[in-house]
Amino acid sequence: MGAVRAELFTTGEPIADTKAPTGPIQDRWDARRFALNLVSPANRRRRSVIVVGTGLAGASAAATLGEAGYRVKSFCYQDSPRRAHSIAAQGGINAAKDYRNDGDSIRRLFYDTVKGGDYRSRESNVYRLAQVSSAIIDQCVAQGVPFARDYGGLLDTRSFGGVQVSRTFYARGQTGQQLLLGAYQALERQAAAGTVRVGTRHEMLELIVIDGAARGVVVRDLVTGGLRAHLADAVVLATGGYSNVYHLSTNAMGCNASAIWRAHRKGAFFANPCFTQIHPTCIPVSGVHQSKLTLMSESLRNDGRIWVPRQAGDGRDPREIPESERDYYLERAYPSFGNLVPRDVASRAAKNQCDAGRGVGPGGRGVYLDFAEAVGRLGRAAIEERYGNLFEMYQKITDEDPYQVPMRIYPAAHYTMGGLWVDYDLESTIPGLFVVGEANFSDHGANRLGASALMQGLADGYFILPNTISGYLARNPRPEGLDETHPAAVEAVKDARRRIGSLLAIDGRRTVESFHRELGSIVWEHCGMERTALGLREAIDAIGALREEFWADAKVTGTDGELNQTLERAGRVADFFELAELMCIDALHRDESCGSHFRSESQTADGEALRDDEHFAYVAAWEFTGDGSAPVLHREPLVFQNLELTQRSYR
Amino acid sequence: MNFTLRIWRQHDADTPGRMVTYPVEGITPDMSFLEMLDVLNEQLAAAGDEPVAFDHDCREGICGMCSLVINGIAHGPQALTTACQLYMRHFREGVIDVEPWRSESFPVLRDLIVDRSALDRIIQAGGYISAPTGAAPDAAAVLVPKEDADRAFDAATCIGCGACVAACPNGCAMLFTGAKATHLGTLPQGQPERSWRALALITQHDAEGFGGCTQIGECTAVCPVGIPLDMISRLNADVLSALRGTPGRP
Repeated sequence: MGAVRAELFTTGEPIADTKAPTGPIQDRWDARRFALNLVSPANRRRRSVIVVGTGLAGASAAATLGEAGYRVKSFCYQDSPRRAHSIAAQGGINAAKDYRNDGDSIRRLFYDTVKGGDYRSRESNVYRLAQVSSAIIDQCVAQGVPFARDYGGLLDTRSFGGVQVSRTFYARGQTGQQLLLGAYQALERQAAAGTVRVGTRHEMLELIVIDGAARGVVVRDLVTGGLRAHLADAVVLATGGYSNVYHLSTNAMGCNASAIWRAHRKGAFFANPCFTQIHPTCIPVSGVHQSKLTLMSESLRNDGRIWVPRQAGDGRDPREIPESERDYYLERAYPSFGNLVPRDVASRAAKNQCDAGRGVGPGGRGVYLDFAEAVGRLGRAAIEERYGNLFEMYQKITDEDPYQVPMRIYPAAHYTMGGLWVDYDLESTIPGLFVVGEANFSDHGANRLGASALMQGLADGYFILPNTISGYLARNPRPEGLDETHPAAVEAVKDARRRIGSLLAIDGRRTVESFHRELGSIVWEHCGMERTALGLREAIDAIGALREEFWADAKVTGTDGELNQTLERAGRVADFFELAELMCIDALHRDESCGSHFRSESQTADGEALRDDEHFAYVAAWEFTGDGSAPVLHREPLVFQNLELTQRSYR
Repeated sequence: MNFTLRIWRQHDADTPGRMVTYPVEGITPDMSFLEMLDVLNEQLAAAGDEPVAFDHDCREGICGMCSLVINGIAHGPQALTTACQLYMRHFREGVIDVEPWRSESFPVLRDLIVDRSALDRIIQAGGYISAPTGAAPDAAAVLVPKEDADRAFDAATCIGCGACVAACPNGCAMLFTGAKATHLGTLPQGQPERSWRALALITQHDAEGFGGCTQIGECTAVCPVGIPLDMISRLNADVLSALRGTPGRP
C-alpha cells in the first residue's frame, strides 16, 4: 500500500440522462411533476418506503409520505428523531419572498445560489429549489414554527453571507432546532396515526438490492445488537453529511457516512466527494483532547467586524490595539460584501492572515470577530436580542465575555456538498434508492451559501421527493411475495454480521478514537482548506497505510449482542477510511480551484480561486469497483443556458 | 487536574448496577465534562476494559441527548447548562459522582444511558399542529404579535433532555409537557386544537407513569434552557378549560 499507485482511477462513460426536463427553466418542475405517474390514494397503503435519518430532510420526507398514505418505516441512530443534527443549525433559512422589496426574486435566489456554488451545480435543480423556497416558510409557519416577528406581527428577515438582499428567515440563533421540531412533530403525528413506524437507536449497515433495485436495508438495533432486514418498495437515505471524516468538525459526534458509503459500495455513484465546506466562524481549537468544534452562526458577520493586528505577533489585549493598527482585511479587500463574503472566501482569508503570522489566540490560529462597534451603535440590548444565545455559548466554551472582548474565530470543517449522485428526481444510480438533504450532492455546487442547507433539506423532504418517489412507486411496485427471506436480504444480513465479526476479531492495541484522530488530521492537512497535487498524493498513501494498521491493530472492546458504542464507532471509522481516500482522489483529479475546493496550483494573480470551465464544468460521479481496485470516474456535464458563467467576484 | 470519578455501571436493563471508582489524570480546565469522560474511556479501552456508555451527540447544548446526573444534580452544578457545555474549570479537584437520569419512566439501558422514548409518545399524543403539506396560507397572512411569538419561542426552546424529570422528586414531566402546550397554544395556528391538545398531552403524560406536579420547582432549577414554571400553570389552565368544555377531538 505504501508505494504510489500508478493508476488512482479510470474514466468511464459520461452520465447521459439526469431526467431533468427541458424547456423554459421556470416551467421545468411543473413539467416533470405532470410527467410523473401517480399512485391513487387507495393504492398508497400498499406501497412502502424506508427512510433512513430523521433530520430536516428525513423527518419531513417520512412525515409527508405518511400523510400521503404510504406505509413508512423511519430509522435513526439517536434516541429520538428530534436529536438529528439539523437541530444545531443556527442562522436561518432562505426564501425568495421579497417581503422587504429589496429586489429579491426566485431568479435572484437562483442566481445567488449558482454563483455562490461557483457554477458547479445544476441550473434545473437550483431553480426548483428557489421556486419551492417560499412554500417552505408557509408550511413551517402553519406548523407553529416561531420565526422571529417584528412589532407589527410580520415575519422578520436578515441577510447572510454572499448575498445583498435580506431573505433569511430565522428563529433567534436556533432556526435549525425550530424547523426540526416542526418536522419531528409532523413525523410523530404520523407515528400516532400509524402511517410511520419510527425505529430509534437503529443504524443502517447495508443496503439490500434485488434484481437491480433498492428494496430494503439491514439495520442494527443499537441496544440489543440485533441485526434485521427490512424490505420496502423504495428506500430513501437522509443521513446527512460526512464532515466527521475530519474528526474535528462542527458535526454531531454520531454523524457518519456509513449509510451512503454502504450504498456506494452497492452501486450508487458518489459525486464530488472533495467538496467540503470549511465554515469561517467556529470557535478555535483549544487543546489536543478536543472532541469537536463549535460553530458560531455566520449571521454574526452581519454586525461583527473581522480583523487581525497589522503587526505579526502582536500579543496585546485586543482592546488596547488602536484602530490604526488593526486590519479589517475583509472590508479592505472586498468592499461591496465586506464581512459578508461567502464562506469559502472568508475561510481562506482567515487562513492566509494566520499563515502570515497575524493570527491571534493560542497557537495563532484565530482572528477577531468584534462587536464593540455594533454594541456602540445599536446598544447591548439589540445585540442580545439578535445573538444572545450565541454569546452565551461562546462564553461557556472560552470563559471570555464577547460583549467585552472580541470573539476569536477560525475555520472548521462543516457541511459537505458532495454526496451520493442523484438525478433530478433525487434518485441515485440504483433504481429505487433516493437520497435527500446533505446526503445527496445535488444543489449547492462547490460551495454553499449560508441558510441554504435548511432550505434544501426541507425542499427535498416536504415538496420534491414526495412527488418524484410517487412516480417510481407507481411503475415499480415490489414484486408479490418478496420479503425478508429473499436470498439477497439474507446475504446482506450475513455481510453485516461478517463485517462486525471482523471488527471485533482485530483485537489490537490502538483505540478506534486514536485512528479517527490521525485520519482526521491527514485529511484536514491535505484535503482541507487548501490542496496541492503533492499533498493529496501523500495523503492517499498515508490513508492507505493507516487503514491497514487499523485493520491490524484497532482495539474494539465488548461483543456484538449488547449496546456497544466502541463497535458502532469502529464501523463508522472503517468507512471513513474508504471515503477519505476517494475524497483525495477526487480533489487530485479536479485540477482547478472552485468554491471550497482550492487547489494552490490554480489561483488568480490576487489569490482567488481560478476555475477552469473548459475542462471541469462537470459533476464528478465515482463508481465503486471493488476493494483495492481503482474507482471509475463518470462525468455529468453541467450546461448553463440561463446564467452566464462569470468569474466570481465579491470585491 | 486530577479527579476521582465514581460512575454508575450497569450492563443492561435487567442487571443491577453499582458505582465504580476510576481515577483520571491530566485533565485541563478547557475540557468539557464529556471530553473528560472521553479521556477516561480512552484509558479504559487502551487497557482492554469496557468504556463507560453515555449518551451525547451535538456537544453544543442543543440536541438534548446528553443526560448525566453530576454530583446529584441533573446536568451538573452550572445553571442553564447542559452536561456537554459544562467545563472542568468549574470543578475543584476531588471526587465527582456520575449517574444516569433516575426515573421509573426512564429505564436504564446501559451505564449512563436511559430510555426517554416516553417523551416522544407524549408528542405523538398531541404535540403538533395538524398542518398538511401543500396548501399552507402565506406565512404573512396571519399576524402574530411579537410578545406571543417570543413567548412561543421561549417555550419551543425546550430541548427534551428530560432533566426536569430526573430532578423532580415526583418524577414528573410537566415542565416538558407544559412547554409544548405553551409553545403551540400561544400561536394563532395552534388555537383550534388547543384544548384537545392539552388534554391529550396530559393523559399520555400520566399513562407513561410520570408523577404529578406539586410545584416544587426542581425542574426549572435544573432546566438547561430555562423553561419557567408558569408553563405548567398554562398547561393546567388549558386542561381545565378542556374538561369544562368540549375538547374538540375524540
